[in-house]
Amino acid sequence: MENPLKKTCLHDLHVELGAKMSPFAGYDMPIQYGGIIEEHNAVREAVGVFDVSHMGEIFVSGPGAEAFVNHIFTNDVRGLSDGTILYGMMLYPDGGTVDDLLVYKEFAPDHYLLVVNASNIDKDYTWMLEQAEGFDVCIDNQSDAWGQIAVQGPKAEQAVVDVLGFPEAASLTFYTFCDCERDSRRVILSRTGYTGEDGFEIYACPELIRAWWKALMAAGVAPCGLGCRDTLRFEAGLPLYGDELTAEISPVMAGLGMFCKLDKPEFIGQEALATQKSGGVARKLVGIELSDKAVPRHGYPVELEDGTEVGEVTTGYRSISLDKSICFALVDSAYAALGTPLRVRIRKHTFPGVVVKKRFYQTRYKK
Amino acid sequence: MSKIVDGLLYRESHEWVRVDGNVAIIGVSDFAQSEMGDITYVDMPDVDDEVSAGEDFGALESVKTSSELIAPVSGVVVAVNEELEDKPELINEDAYEAWIIKVEMSDKGELDALLNAAAYAEIAK
Repeated sequence: MENPLKKTCLHDLHVELGAKMSPFAGYDMPIQYGGIIEEHNAVREAVGVFDVSHMGEIFVSGPGAEAFVNHIFTNDVRGLSDGTILYGMMLYPDGGTVDDLLVYKEFAPDHYLLVVNASNIDKDYTWMLEQAEGFDVCIDNQSDAWGQIAVQGPKAEQAVVDVLGFPEAASLTFYTFCDCERDSRRVILSRTGYTGEDGFEIYACPELIRAWWKALMAAGVAPCGLGCRDTLRFEAGLPLYGDELTAEISPVMAGLGMFCKLDKPEFIGQEALATQKSGGVARKLVGIELSDKAVPRHGYPVELEDGTEVGEVTTGYRSISLDKSICFALVDSAYAALGTPLRVRIRKHTFPGVVVKKRFYQTRYKK
Repeated sequence: MSKIVDGLLYRESHEWVRVDGNVAIIGVSDFAQSEMGDITYVDMPDVDDEVSAGEDFGALESVKTSSELIAPVSGVVVAVNEELEDKPELINEDAYEAWIIKVEMSDKGELDALLNAAAYAEIAK
């Protein structure tokens, strides 16, 4: 028997809005409301709101918390200021990726919040528990207790300040957060996102999340589904676990080495990454821009002019903001240099393309 | 509830056929466009290409997915709807107006294997 699909605290409101619902990471999630293009453009041009309550919140605390987080996380949390956030990965010893995640340094000594992908919550939590032996830490998976919305777009700050009543939002810079309180309940207001635009991710109890969602709808903020969440993150060059990062794809292969601090004393996967960095990797993640309107999709082969297969597409779209057919692809390292001509096989034909930077869209974060 | 037009024939893979003498005018159903969402590209054959019943002759691309177009009948392509090259969204606007290809049929008997509107209505829901 498969487990029944879980519902986020906003599920009935999505259904009421007429959202197209679909299973994702064990949840029945909204894929789109009006249409992906319309929602995508709302985030690029104004503001949209996503239900991301399915994401996982795992709290780590205790005298050994800093050492433990630094042991399982590729980025370096030593001396991290309260209220700052780091992006990075958890790795297997061979350098393959367990998950990519955000680490929040909370406003208390030895307290961290780890925000992980919905599809990986159970795996990550188990992994953390397994690695915790010898560390004096408490690992608390509170994923089911927290709702989360992401308010994204150039007008996100205005919406969060005016509609949701958080004047604190204006003073946050990208990858920082603050603790707020509403109705004696904790609220985490974070200037982060997954769209390439300025924006906020707000964590709170289901009751508050529901009230805010309704307020944002009443104010005309566009509800946005997982469909445009993927097109937006893709254009901004952001990886999705399962496509660009997997147990077989290390951050070095994915071009995310800058989030892996090899100069730290140690972390799981460090040796493997050091070897990959010095000795090179067999395959690398690249961006490819096609000169045709045909759309590359996950799993399509990448070929040389003579038909030799040298890789495959991990994510591809007809880009909404750029009106080009573009994709991420994992290709043999010999063909990963910018400007390399490659072809993508789309059904019966191959289409010419060229290796370009993965950040297809110029991101607009509030630094 | 998606729209189904009486008098057309349908394949269970959601293509429709309007018969005009020996020519089959082929498109996709309203149900198909609604399931796909915003259509961004129509991959079409060239005029004079041969198509075979049950085999793909092209594809629809929406933002999220691609879906192969399956030929309901066999024959030779005599026209493609070039308007769709620049305006694939015409299929979203009216799936029964926005035909995709016209095929000179080699075996009109193949039409017997297709569904009428009532039978297709049972599938498209």
